This record gives sequence, C-alpha cells and structure tokens, in this order.
Amino acid sequence: MPSTRDIRRRIKSVKNTAQITKAMQMVAAAKMRKAQSAAIIGRPYAQLLNEIMAEAATRTVGFDHPLMQSRPVAKRAVILVSTDRGLCGGLNSNIFREAMKLDPAATVFITAGKKAAQFVRRTKRQLAAEFAYKDTPDFAEARAISKFVQQLFLKGEVDAVDILFPRFINTLTQAPTTVPFLPIGKISAATAGVNSPAQELPAGSPTDVFDFEPDEETVLGELLPHSLNFQMHQILLETKASEQSARMVAMKSATDNAKEIIKSLTLEYNKLRQANITKELLEITTAQMAVG
Amino acid sequence: MAATLKLEIVTPEAKTFADDVDMVTLTGIDGEMGIYPDHMPVMTQLVGGEIIARKGGENIFLAVGDGFVQITAQRVAILTDMAIRAENIDEAAAEQAKRTAEARLAQKLGDEEAATVQAALAHAVIQLQVKHRHKK
Repeated sequence: MPSTRDIRRRIKSVKNTAQITKAMQMVAAAKMRKAQSAAIIGRPYAQLLNEIMAEAATRTVGFDHPLMQSRPVAKRAVILVSTDRGLCGGLNSNIFREAMKLDPAATVFITAGKKAAQFVRRTKRQLAAEFAYKDTPDFAEARAISKFVQQLFLKGEVDAVDILFPRFINTLTQAPTTVPFLPIGKISAATAGVNSPAQELPAGSPTDVFDFEPDEETVLGELLPHSLNFQMHQILLETKASEQSARMVAMKSATDNAKEIIKSLTLEYNKLRQANITKELLEITTAQMAVG
Repeated sequence: MAATLKLEIVTPEAKTFADDVDMVTLTGIDGEMGIYPDHMPVMTQLVGGEIIARKGGENIFLAVGDGFVQITAQRVAILTDMAIRAENIDEAAAEQAKRTAEARLAQKLGDEEAATVQAALAHAVIQLQVKHRHKK
C-alpha cells in the first residue's frame, strides 16, 4: 500500500510530464501550420512542371536522355526520408517497417534525417550517404540529395531510385509511400507532382507538336534535373508537414493520457487520505474508551 | 480565334500572375521573343530579366528569374524561381540583398552554397535593373 506521500509525488511527476507534452503539442501545432502551408504552396508549380514534363516526354519521340534510360534493375537505391527527432508517434517506425521489406543485398540506402541514418546503421544495411535537412527545408538541401542520386544513377551504380517518405494526407493520417524517382521514363501525373490532384491538361490540342529552342537536348537537359530537384524539395516539405502533424497528435494524446492518470491518482489519494483519517479517529475513540 | 493569350507565371512560392493578355515579351535563351496569340507551340528556357505583358494598351512589367516557358496557341506558361511585379519591387531590400550576396561571395563557400548565393545575387540584380528602367 503506497503512502499518501508516494501518491503525491507521483501526481507531481505526471503533472510535469503533462506540462512538457502540452508545450510540445503547442510548438508542433504552430510549426505544423507553417509546414503545411509550405507544402501546399508549391503545388501549382509542381503541377505546371509536371504538365510540361509530361508533354515533353510524350512529344519528343526518338529522344533519349541519360536520366530517362531504364535498365534491368540489379541494384536499387532508396532515399529514406525520416525526421531528425522522435516523439512523433509511429511516423518513423512505419517508414522503417516498409524499408525492412526491401531486399538488403540489392538495396542501397540514402538517408535524409537523423532517424533514418540511425535505422540504416542499426540494421546494418548498405548506406550510400546521409543528408540532413533543416526545419524549413531549403531548395539547396534538396538539390544536394537529388544531385547525388543522379550521379549514382548516371554512373550506373544503381539502376533505379525510389523515395520512401511519410506522405502527408491530413493532420491525422500520414502514410508511408514509395514513389519512383529515377529513371524518369515513367513520368505520369501521379508521380511527378507530389500529392497534386490529377487534372486534365488544359494545354493546346493533342496534335500540337512543340518546337524546342534551342533544341530538345538543351531544354530537357535543364528541365529534367530541375524537376527532380523540385520533386525532392516537395518531398522534404511534405515530410516536415507530416512530422509536425504526427508530433502534435502524439503529444496531444500523451497530454490526455497524463490528465487521465492524474485524475485516477487524485482519486486514489483522496480515498487513502479519507481512510487514514477514519483510522485515526477510530484509534482515538478506542483509546478514550479504554481509558474511560 | 483566340484574341488573347492566357499568361501564367508560377514560382515555387506562389502563382504570381494569371491573366488574359494581348501580348507577352520575354527573354528566351535565344534572345527576346514577342508572343502574340496563335503562336506556334514552343518550349524554351527563360533567361532572367524582364517580362512585359500588354493588356488593353497597358503594359505590365515583371522581373523574373531563370526558368522554363511553354508556349501554345492560347497560353504562355512560365515556370521560374522568381517573379515580381515592377511596382512591387522593394529597391532598398534588393540593394541590401545584392550587397549581402556580394559579401558572401567574397568568402569561401561550398559548391551548393555558392550556387544559392549566386542565384540570390542574380535575382537582386534583375530586380534593380527592372526598377531602374521604369524610373526614367
């Protein structure tokens, strides 16, 4: 039987925890709003870029860019995008569960975020490089990752690149999602624009044949890497939005749990206190009766 | 027959411009292009500089960064990393950005960083150029 003092101590410690989780929840909520708007704001750009890419890909017949070359896949690179910090529910573990399913011998990982790097090291998978990104991901950070995998692909060290990241669906739901990154051959509306709703292309009639100035090679040579960089950036932004949402929800349920525990502990405390008083009263009266 | 062009300018931050205009002048990789409705479909690279959109006798000036242009008979779609209307350019801020970028370039930078700073510098310079042209 714990003493009243023990229970008081426990109430105090749970209260402290609740305060911390509450604070984290508020911070995550504020950051979430920012991250979400950053992720959504890039969508018109993604969509237009996507349109141009799809157009360029379908209408340039007989043109092959090295980044579009599809080869039989002997070795696959996976860009694993995770958060830097924990306390965000099952966000990272869901991603890592997906990653565990991949064949360790034929997969090499590139990580973004500390948790992913830790995971790859812990499970002794092949790690090609680790990258970091800030709370508000820069385009330059995305470009560094994207450039690195393009190099790997062009050198023939890997034959395909996928990205595994927590897709932001809404504040309560984030789904681990794998999207193909390279080769670009398989451009479709679903892959290039992260989360952008598939829309019909309003651009001219399908008989339009585009002229390229100065030529296809130059334009596509610029356009393809740029669109990859942008796609990577969108994914980082989306991961951030997922992270903050997941953290907010996790912290909210932690705060609620703590409140629940405080309630039941207080009840127990009061009961115990009452029992002690009754016991004391009983002792006093018994003693009095014995004397009298 | 389309009498107007739909001009769309989109940056990663926002859809800066979307309107029907009579004519667009922009700088492509092969030089300046004037685009009227029913232009032949062209896809090209945009060089940072000025875009002039004419609508009902009025000219709208925009400062833009590098990017891509897709031209069809009824539409001009521009993807760029910066787009700002001439009247919205903050000269002091641009001047400041230019100085900061120049100071940063004087230091030793990594490749990635240097590229970012270069881009920032180019943006500031373009903004100033466009602003100055319209002062006169």
